[in-house]
Amino acid sequence: MGKISKSPWLLHYDASSCNGCDIEVLDCLTPKYDIERFGIINTGDPFQADIFLITGGVNSQTAGVVKQIYSQMPEPKVVVAVGICACTGGVFKDCYNIKGGVDTVIPVDVYVPGCAARPESIIDGVVKALAVLDKKQAEMESRERK
Amino acid sequence: MIPLLIGIPAVLAAVFQVVRNERIRDIIVYTGAGAVMLMTVVFIAFWIDGGAETVMLYSSTEAVDMLIVAGDVFMMCLVVYLSIKYEKIFPAVLSVVQTAIVLHTDFTVDLPEAPHMMIDWLTVLMCLIIAFIGGFICIYTVGYMKGYHSHHKDAADRRPFFFSMLFLFLSAMFGLVLSQNLVWIYFFWEITSIISFLMIGYTRSEEAVHNSFTALWMNLLGGLGFAAAIEIMAHGHGTLQLLDVIGSGAYLPLMCLALAGLTKSAQLPFSSWLLGAMVAPTPSSALLHSATMVKAGVYLLIRISPAMSGNLVGIIVSSIGGFTFIMASMMAIAQTDAKKVLAFSTVSNLGLIVACSGIGAEETVWAAIFLMIFHSVSKSMLFQSVGAAENSLGSRNIEDMHGLILKIPKLAYIMGIGIAGMYLAPFGMLISKWVALKAFVDSGNVVLVLCIAFGSATTMFYWTKWLAKLISYHRPRVQTEDRTRRDEYVSMGFHAVTMLLLCLLIPAVAKVLINPIVRELFGGTHDVLSMSVLTTMAIMLVSVFIVPAVMFFVSRQSHSDIVPIYMGGVNKGDNRFFINSFGEDEHLYLTNWYLREEFGRRHLRIPSIVISAAVLIVGFCLIIGGVTW
Amino acid sequence: MVVKVVMVLCFLIFAPFVGGLVDGADRIISARMQRRKGPSILQPFYDLRKLFSKQLISVNNVQLFLNMSYLVILMIAGAMLFAGADLLMVLFILSTADMFLIMAASSDSSPYANMGAGREMVLMMAYEPLTLLVAVGFYLTTGSFHVETIINQPVSAVLWMPGLLIGFMFTAGIKFRKSPFDLSTSHHAHQEMVKGITTEMSGTALAIMTIAEYYEMILLLGIFFLFFVNSTWWSWIAALVICAVLYVFEILLDNVSARLKWNTVLFGCWIVTFVAGGLNILVLMLG
Repeated sequence: MGKISKSPWLLHYDASSCNGCDIEVLDCLTPKYDIERFGIINTGDPFQADIFLITGGVNSQTAGVVKQIYSQMPEPKVVVAVGICACTGGVFKDCYNIKGGVDTVIPVDVYVPGCAARPESIIDGVVKALAVLDKKQAEMESRERK
Repeated sequence: MIPLLIGIPAVLAAVFQVVRNERIRDIIVYTGAGAVMLMTVVFIAFWIDGGAETVMLYSSTEAVDMLIVAGDVFMMCLVVYLSIKYEKIFPAVLSVVQTAIVLHTDFTVDLPEAPHMMIDWLTVLMCLIIAFIGGFICIYTVGYMKGYHSHHKDAADRRPFFFSMLFLFLSAMFGLVLSQNLVWIYFFWEITSIISFLMIGYTRSEEAVHNSFTALWMNLLGGLGFAAAIEIMAHGHGTLQLLDVIGSGAYLPLMCLALAGLTKSAQLPFSSWLLGAMVAPTPSSALLHSATMVKAGVYLLIRISPAMSGNLVGIIVSSIGGFTFIMASMMAIAQTDAKKVLAFSTVSNLGLIVACSGIGAEETVWAAIFLMIFHSVSKSMLFQSVGAAENSLGSRNIEDMHGLILKIPKLAYIMGIGIAGMYLAPFGMLISKWVALKAFVDSGNVVLVLCIAFGSATTMFYWTKWLAKLISYHRPRVQTEDRTRRDEYVSMGFHAVTMLLLCLLIPAVAKVLINPIVRELFGGTHDVLSMSVLTTMAIMLVSVFIVPAVMFFVSRQSHSDIVPIYMGGVNKGDNRFFINSFGEDEHLYLTNWYLREEFGRRHLRIPSIVISAAVLIVGFCLIIGGVTW
Repeated sequence: MVVKVVMVLCFLIFAPFVGGLVDGADRIISARMQRRKGPSILQPFYDLRKLFSKQLISVNNVQLFLNMSYLVILMIAGAMLFAGADLLMVLFILSTADMFLIMAASSDSSPYANMGAGREMVLMMAYEPLTLLVAVGFYLTTGSFHVETIINQPVSAVLWMPGLLIGFMFTAGIKFRKSPFDLSTSHHAHQEMVKGITTEMSGTALAIMTIAEYYEMILLLGIFFLFFVNSTWWSWIAALVICAVLYVFEILLDNVSARLKWNTVLFGCWIVTFVAGGLNILVLMLG
């Protein structure tokens, strides 16, 4: 296991979600799912986060915020789009204010579909993200060595 | 030598009234300050060369005595004239009464000849403080007043008067600490009171005049106490020697002198004069109201402290000191004006020194002297840097010093050293606090222990938040021009270097200066803190001091990418603005905590004055009633 | 002398490990109190390892230096305690160390860190009087500020200073950053002040700050230890056990209480200091 996948801290941001997915994200913290078992901490702070977990499609107001928060996270970092709106824009795709999925603003590493995404699939997505994190860190370290 | 020490500044003071050319005046100030410092060094060198014994001087002084009487009468006339001019009656009455008392004593009691002046280690220490801190403040003043008058167009330019007063004040302070005869001390004491009064009223604005009269009547009240002590000593004990007051063990004259000391060192209930004194230009605040004049009160209390050990007078003085320490430090929290914070912190620190001298044990006096040295240096430095910052920023509000470290780095460093010197670990304040706390516990005074415990917490709070303001890395919108002149930096640089050296050389200072003073005052032979204890402490403290320096270079090795601060993702990008919910730019404004509801002066001033006045009055009643304790 | 050097070295080397283990245990116990499984006991070390491996970003170039000073000064304070030096000096240096943390947060000039720094100052003001009184209490009970003398008493100091122990538990609650006193930073997400003083600390800076907190934790537990230890050998074991119990009590408090407002904390602490601490000192002085 890599250094980072044993202690992934995540930052949860609601880009324009209906709160359905948000509730499911918080669900993961409850005793039933208890993601802290894996060392995952739901931190509120981009400076300390490794995983950027976004719910809801990006609209013109949140696009800048998403970009800025992403820029404030130290490498290596991954982005997980939770819920169909975050993946593609979902039913709001054609709304006048919606830009689309998160990947219209920042690169997304893992897509977790669903409306709302189930806690199991969120955890599954995060675990997939851990593999990406490890890979990114290995790349970062080899770059530094050069 | 002594006439020269007192005479040179006095002559210079007269010269400034004649010289009207600015260039020539500046040069005279520089050379004059230099001459005073040089004289002091030579004077001390001669004294140490002569064996560093306590020397008593000037037994028969008919002519000078007459001059002093004339001086007392002149000062009375001056006060009466000014009081009538500004329609204040109280100061005039006080002045007339005390002068009458002193004259009455002078003419009715015929005392055997006795020395009028004395040189010992405490005097030498005070001379050093006056000459060097005072001298450099004079040098600073030259540059500062130019900046001051380019800002305050409304105030009349009375600089010749200002410089005269500064140098006259130095002369009076030398006289005060060298004198041994009560009438002589009283004379110089009154001069400092009146100079302070004249300096506070420098701008002649309504507020300045009002505050200057507050200072005058409070200091004259102390002078009245002094006069009463003279009368009682002359008639009751047949002597006018300060040492005999200590030896006689009589409570009433002791209490009267203590009252004088308390007013001059601005203890509650008399602290409002020092706070009002902040309307004066900064050098006078630095010189008179923090670094030297208030030290006259403390000096007197330290002189008489062996007599206050464990008796009623000591209990009153130390309670008032401890109470002032905590109340003033609480009120300092709610202040935004940097000079006000410094004023409150001066009052509060003097409270600690007064409490130490009131206990009157060897350890506490040791701590008191240490505190006095550190307080003089760092307070003088802080006042100067605040003054310089005011000239450059156009404000002395602590809120406006946000990010001073980027605006005017040099001033921020000097201010930072000054603040750190007031309470942080590497500096000597802590060793003295350590000794004081131990001595308070040993003396069994639980109230003082609580005062020092709570007082240090509140002290820490108001200094920390100020330091935090300075160090904030906030890029200013407009570049601030540093208007501080070179002579100002010379003075502040001297203070900063002195501060750092004092911190490094604590054991040496204790050995060379402080221990002899305590030995002389108490006649003991052992040292308060053994050299080994002191040295280990100093090493530990210095290690704390070196850490940041080393870490600074270590951290430089690492490379970090700079990103904008976190503002919930709506940082405009330059850390100064964020985008509000209307999509508009909003300026980020960070403010300190002032806790006005909890610690505001409005809430605490009246109760603290009432309580301390009650302690003082009850104490006086008990002593006049003949209660011995 | 050799013993002292060994003690200091042990402290400097093992304190972060012990602190990390205690933190790991803390997280497990907290999780169990909430009917969760919780992370591995080694989780704090995984976290540290990760933090050190991350990219170094910061908002200015002084924060790291201030954080490192915080760490090293705490190490000095702790080393002095374990070398049997003067307790009062240890406490003075401890507060100097805290100053550097506050400076590190203030240097960011950011809203959340600034708010955290302000609250941290209030907290310092809240606990400072009591820590001084604890030192005074030890001095009155044992006749010395020296830790060396304090641990060689025939009877445990706690018998003479129960009020101060109660007070010190408040202080420790603040220092361990436990609810209801965790005003200046938080271990939980979505608080009104994000992460308070640590908001702008990332990667190495945060790791240094965490290690410093472990040193501080051991230092404080060391002071708790002083309350119970005496010259007999078994008192050392008893003191260790009691320290553990007290720490579990702090965890319990953390889990059953919500955070208080700053003025309740400040004046609550002061009242406790005044009543429990002051009375205790008064009794000691009269006795």
